[in-house]
Amino acid sequence: MPVHSAAPPCYCTATSDCQSLANSMRIAWDEYPAAASFDELIAPGGVPRPGASALIEYLSGLGPQELVTRQKAADVAIRSMGITFTVYHEEGGSIDRAWPLDIIPRVIALEEWRRIEAGLQQRARALNLFIDDIYHEQRIVRDGVFPRQHLADSANFRQQCVGIDPPQGVWAHVCGSDLVRGADGTMYVLEDNLRVPSGVSYMLENRQVVKRVFPEVFDAAGIMPVDEYPSQLYDMLRALAPAHVEHPEVVVLTPGIYNSAYFEHAYLAQQMGCELVEGSDLAVGEDDVVHMRTIDGWQRVDVIYRRIDDLFLDPEVFRADSALGVPGLMRAWRAGKVALANAPGAGVADDKLVYTFVPAMIHYYLDQDAILPNVPSYLCCEPAQREHVLANLATLVVKPANESGGYGMLMGPKSSAGERAQFAELIAQNPRNYIAQPVISLSTTPTLVDSGIEPRHLDLRPFILSGRTVQVTMGGLTRVAMRKGSLVVNSSQGGGSKDTWIVDTSLEHAIARS
Amino acid sequence: MLSRVADNLYWMARYLERTENLARLVDASASLMLDLPQRLSPGWQPLITITGNQQQYAEFARGDYSEKAVVKFVVAEPKNSGSMLVSIARAREIARTVRDILPRAVWEQINELHLYVGEHAVEAAGKRTRHGFLEHVIECTQRLTGMLEGIVSEGDALSFLTLGRNIERADMTSRTVDVRSAAMMAAANLEELRPFESVLWMSVLRSLSGYQMYRLTTRERVHGAGVVRYLLADEHFPRACVCCLRRVGDVLHRLPNSAPLLRRVARMRRAIHHTQFETLGQGELHEFIDRLQLSLARTNDELARVYFVGHNAPSATVTPIRVA
Repeated sequence: MPVHSAAPPCYCTATSDCQSLANSMRIAWDEYPAAASFDELIAPGGVPRPGASALIEYLSGLGPQELVTRQKAADVAIRSMGITFTVYHEEGGSIDRAWPLDIIPRVIALEEWRRIEAGLQQRARALNLFIDDIYHEQRIVRDGVFPRQHLADSANFRQQCVGIDPPQGVWAHVCGSDLVRGADGTMYVLEDNLRVPSGVSYMLENRQVVKRVFPEVFDAAGIMPVDEYPSQLYDMLRALAPAHVEHPEVVVLTPGIYNSAYFEHAYLAQQMGCELVEGSDLAVGEDDVVHMRTIDGWQRVDVIYRRIDDLFLDPEVFRADSALGVPGLMRAWRAGKVALANAPGAGVADDKLVYTFVPAMIHYYLDQDAILPNVPSYLCCEPAQREHVLANLATLVVKPANESGGYGMLMGPKSSAGERAQFAELIAQNPRNYIAQPVISLSTTPTLVDSGIEPRHLDLRPFILSGRTVQVTMGGLTRVAMRKGSLVVNSSQGGGSKDTWIVDTSLEHAIARS
Repeated sequence: MLSRVADNLYWMARYLERTENLARLVDASASLMLDLPQRLSPGWQPLITITGNQQQYAEFARGDYSEKAVVKFVVAEPKNSGSMLVSIARAREIARTVRDILPRAVWEQINELHLYVGEHAVEAAGKRTRHGFLEHVIECTQRLTGMLEGIVSEGDALSFLTLGRNIERADMTSRTVDVRSAAMMAAANLEELRPFESVLWMSVLRSLSGYQMYRLTTRERVHGAGVVRYLLADEHFPRACVCCLRRVGDVLHRLPNSAPLLRRVARMRRAIHHTQFETLGQGELHEFIDRLQLSLARTNDELARVYFVGHNAPSATVTPIRVA
């Protein structure tokens, strides 16, 4: 349903010389720059993609000036709602910043989403089977599908977890997988975050803000709700409690207010009605039971949704200098007196080298083909592949196997000769620690910037809950690179975010016709 | 409830109450200056004395007790640990750590007030803009108190908020009475000041929003001993010390292990009730309030010992969950 053809050719908004004109203008989607990348909302020729027509029509009706006004309203709402994230600053310590949200949503049609959802469920099942296998019989190694050497070199393999049977055999209860769409429209999995993935609170808050800003369109667009996540998370956690406990006490364990995701820890505890605890609130008794210190004395804790990295969890077992953790926590976990989500050691599959084996895992454990493809990857520990990487550094992205947050990467096409030489050296020293991938020209979506509406690159992080069933968030957190041409979406490096709409097109059409 | 969280809620309420009390204090002082002839004006120094910051101020301002210097110090000075700006910033910092328990609207209101004070504190220095600024701060804190009363379930969270608010309030009311009565009695030109006595005491009442309630309750003219008695011993005026202590007692009754605390609070109430304020000299009144303040400080320490930090390591036998 093209809605734009009569509009004058101007899509700029905030520049002063065009403001008087802007009030009377409609957004010219046929002028929207068609780039080499796939655009999530606008197909070539300015036609809305499936699921996006109601939104596009609505935005066109508002006009550019009104959009700027609504963006300001959203910024004010975010400030007063106190939606923040914390960034580390070398001099100033940590700073609490307002969460960056671009009000123009990103849309995926429900039909396509169902396929992505199935792909993510399949992936989470295989990953959990893999982790459980790795800490038990290691059949996948024995059968020659996953090389033993890779395991021996993995930074996140925890010897202390060998032989442990966590409830339901699940290790990675919460997984955040990053999806990117290439130029041909294929949705790839870029990485799986299985340690303490964050961002889900922003997905929920973005929706709250956008509902305030665009109330009218929610009536008509067939947008699927996202609010179920906290109760699904709570139910999943509660089911992990030791069987005999009638009213399990579930808590969220945070490193504290200076952690970059503290906002999310507090938010989830609040939404689930759980205590938000710090390591110093907890203690493990002689009987291996975990307690928290309350005004009534010590109270038993049954399930801990921990947002502290493995190595800081228990100074008796891991880093002795950790002030964030709880001495004896691993002892309590091994004794089955407390459940930890995610289980310690789950990060063994959160490794970019292990990532490259996920399609093989899906084959091996589930006897299925992967629904969602991986980004093609070269392993630097394989001599032939390493040669290819070293010869093509200028066109590849090189990633360290165990970093997150976009740190320690080489973006080949934007790198200097010096940086490439440095990475060649790093790869030669520690080939196991690096993989390389072709640059995916991330898909774009219309984004409100100073000069008007322009395409910006984005990714998507859905969250997958694994318990007795596997559930996927309705959409996920869309992160967008606010700088023109940039592919870096991390909020710690100037990225923004968007509300993600999964749109039931059958509903949308019904309303559009009426 | 987690001990750490109880501790945080208690202090958050204290800092919010302090924010409001500072706004009242500055506002009432300013209006008193307008009512008194210049030569009789107590000046701005009492504001520093009431907030207990003499030493810090002496080092900071080197004897400059001008309106501008004092008001800036009390309202907007980030280096003054007792300033309004620091109080609301601390309340907000704590609110962040207990966001999971506070209704969202409460957090949003604290967050907004913090932004407001940060951006508008300079207005407190200007005679013309001062009242509007302070009035807004008082309105916001009153709204917060209303929200906490109106939408927080009765339970541990509300208990510790109520404890913090009332202990801070009793503390500030007793300081105000102490410093203002001292200033009255110690005035060299006592005879000259006499005609303005009731104006001065009215300003004390107004700083605690107590003028109207005083008239309704006591049905007498405003005079020194009457105001002192009202602000310390009235059972029903929410900012009077005894009323605050009664509320503290009501909350303690619902909390575990509170017997020693309850005895201390009861002793304080009895002491206030049995004091003949009409016959007390200034020295004796000051001594009395000193003892009251000491007892409030001990109550604070005892609360910390029993509820916030006091437990030993957990044993296999765990205290059963208290039935509310």
